[in-house]
Amino acid sequence: MKIMVAVKRVIDYAVKIRVKPDKSGVETANVKMSMNPFCEIALEEALRLREAGHASEVLVVSMGGAQCSDTLRTALAMGADRAIHVSTSHSLFPLTVAKLLQALATSEKPNILLLGKQAIDDDANQTGQMVAGLLQWPQGTFASKVQMDKEAVGSVTVEREVDGGLETVKLQLPAVITTDLRLNQPRYATLPNIMKAKKKTITQITPEQLGVQITSDLEILEVFEPPKRKAGVIVASVDELLDKLKNEAHVI
Amino acid sequence: MWRRSKHACLRATQFAKLLFSPHLADSSYLHISTGLHLPALLSADVQSTCDAGESTGIRIVSGVYMNWKRPLNQQFWKHWQRGLATSPGATKVFRDPRFAKLEESDVQHFQEIVGDKGVIVDSSELEVANTDWMNKYHGQSQLLLRPQTTQQVAEILKFCNSRCLAVVPQGGNTGLVGGSVPVFDEIILNLGAMKSILSFDEVSGILVCEAGCILENLDTFVGTKGFTMPLDLGAKGSCQIGGNVSTNAGGLRLLRYGSLHGNVLGLEVVLANGTVVDMLGTLRKDNTGYDLKQLFIGGEGTLGVVTKVSILTPPKLASTNVAFLACEDYESCQNALKEAKKQLGEILSAFEFIDRPALDMALCHLEGTRDPLPSKHNFYLLVETTGSNEAHDKEKLDAFLEAGMELGYFVDGTVAQDSTQAGSFWEIREGISEALVKAGAVYKYDLSVPIKSFYRIVEDLRAQLGNAAVVVAYGHLGDGNVHLNVSAPKYDEQLLAKIEPFVYEWTAACKGSVSAEHGLGFMKPHALHYSKSEEAIHLMEGFKKLLDPKGILNPYKVLPACAATSTCFVSV
Repeated sequence: MKIMVAVKRVIDYAVKIRVKPDKSGVETANVKMSMNPFCEIALEEALRLREAGHASEVLVVSMGGAQCSDTLRTALAMGADRAIHVSTSHSLFPLTVAKLLQALATSEKPNILLLGKQAIDDDANQTGQMVAGLLQWPQGTFASKVQMDKEAVGSVTVEREVDGGLETVKLQLPAVITTDLRLNQPRYATLPNIMKAKKKTITQITPEQLGVQITSDLEILEVFEPPKRKAGVIVASVDELLDKLKNEAHVI
Repeated sequence: MWRRSKHACLRATQFAKLLFSPHLADSSYLHISTGLHLPALLSADVQSTCDAGESTGIRIVSGVYMNWKRPLNQQFWKHWQRGLATSPGATKVFRDPRFAKLEESDVQHFQEIVGDKGVIVDSSELEVANTDWMNKYHGQSQLLLRPQTTQQVAEILKFCNSRCLAVVPQGGNTGLVGGSVPVFDEIILNLGAMKSILSFDEVSGILVCEAGCILENLDTFVGTKGFTMPLDLGAKGSCQIGGNVSTNAGGLRLLRYGSLHGNVLGLEVVLANGTVVDMLGTLRKDNTGYDLKQLFIGGEGTLGVVTKVSILTPPKLASTNVAFLACEDYESCQNALKEAKKQLGEILSAFEFIDRPALDMALCHLEGTRDPLPSKHNFYLLVETTGSNEAHDKEKLDAFLEAGMELGYFVDGTVAQDSTQAGSFWEIREGISEALVKAGAVYKYDLSVPIKSFYRIVEDLRAQLGNAAVVVAYGHLGDGNVHLNVSAPKYDEQLLAKIEPFVYEWTAACKGSVSAEHGLGFMKPHALHYSKSEEAIHLMEGFKKLLDPKGILNPYKVLPACAATSTCFVSV
């Protein structure tokens, strides 16, 4: 069985974000970048499934400019078998990514497509769901547990974190699973694997070769910081509080 | 048993009152903390008191009690003695009778100087201020002062000097040698309220701030301007810059940025008699006269109180990499250090060492930590690089890691792939101290030894102690500074006797330092002679007498003569 994992290169989780002075986006020059934490969790889950004997190959894929190779090397160092880099300089939005993944899935034919539930830069939470729709595959999103039975071949049980609690779904393979925070704790890439990863292949491919037209279906108009929190006001009595809530804040 | 000892107490008190000055029979003395093994102490004490050259009233008293041969239990002695951390045979410390006792009129005077907010007599707050971070030393101060300006500090000290009231300057109270808490009833002068940042030059990176600024806050502030503080230590969330300067704190980045002696450009200090000495220069180079500030850097609050600091901050470089490496033997660690210096060169910013017992301690007692590597090894190295170009640094790091693996220096390791992973490696290293405190009693030794001998002392001490305690070692291998810690279920005089003076003698034999970065505080004045000559110590005492003739600043600490109290001072 083959597992395909999609990973995204984002601004490092701990970096303080700064908006560009022209409000066109966020400052990314000279800023530390790393693999999206949810994608790391997805990759870890794929590796665990392979180690448990449910899969024979873990294929990792990323899309974007030349620096994607850094993220892919990290993924290979963690233990992925091979990598595909969809090379493009266009800005990519979830629907485009979903279409590219659909094309890759059609050619590579994985049994499970694992993704992080969302990227920490755009918080879109759309790609997994969209690609499942395009492929007409079942989906288990916000997975906090993934179980494969040796007996029940051809299906996977996914426990999902939903607002009301936990929901368990059983999916026919091939399926799309997006991972949530509590699924696992990703491993550290150890030195011998980092050395080995240097020799593993990263296949370069373009959107044209996949037959996908990149159209910008979204346009970013403006990016600005949230308004700074205003100082609070101390009120002298409950009446004054009610008055302010009614007439100033208009919440009652 | 209790009644008998109470009786003995009364008899002793009456006897003392008859023969000696009223101070002695006073019951406002310090009580000892835990684990004091009296019979061993008493026998050792006889020797030291008899040998003491000048016998004061205090010493003779203790000699007299020896002769009684009564079963004196701890309840009685705890009002007279303190000896937890000193080695058997060291002089026991008694409250110096020259220091005045705090009176109501004094408190009122302080209230006039610092206002009501600055005078704290609340017992729960005092309890916190009286206890050190390791919960090992407990003072009995009745008064905590929190001045808000240098002028107030000057007025307080002037008054204390005239009244001969002892004072302990205190910052974040994170010191590890008991230097920041009172020994008896000294007044605590806490500088935490003086926390303004006065100026920051964005071109040169020179920061001027008050002594009570917390290190982490300063780092965050200069971080927004693209700079970083030149020192970094595990206590950064609580320690204050005044304390860092007064103890010449070292830390994790000394390897890269050097010590505070080089980075501090100026100080404003208040002397014991209230004189404010403004040496707050912001110049990189200034060769006019003697460089007095160097005395106060590392002076541990015994020569003056630091109120303002001017410090040079290096630019904060964008690219950091952290690697956690495992070695099989100590020889490989040394080889790795050599290789790192060669291959990483100017981008090397930290080189830390952790042995397996230390890692186990951290993983066991710190929540949320896990072993970065899948299998267990004997030694671990934490290597950090900091540079301005990510690609360039990664290339150098890769070359170092490849070379190291090929030559067999490290058998396994991992490189942090994002800042969360880097943070978790540092959490382990910075948390070992905390883990040891959680594990029970800990005897801490901070030694500078030649790098070749770094681990031999650990092995020798392990052989010495056997199963009695766990010996862990970690530290700044790059600087040759090992933090040797002995962890035991509780403090025990017999265990201490096996550790000291063995550790100090071992260090002295290879001409090392018995306190690489922690300072002497209350714990190590008796060990100073292992690392400094008689002449040097004599000169230090001269400076102390010059700058603080009445000895009111942080008494009983740092210099051996001051720790012995009575020989430190000229007549008042």
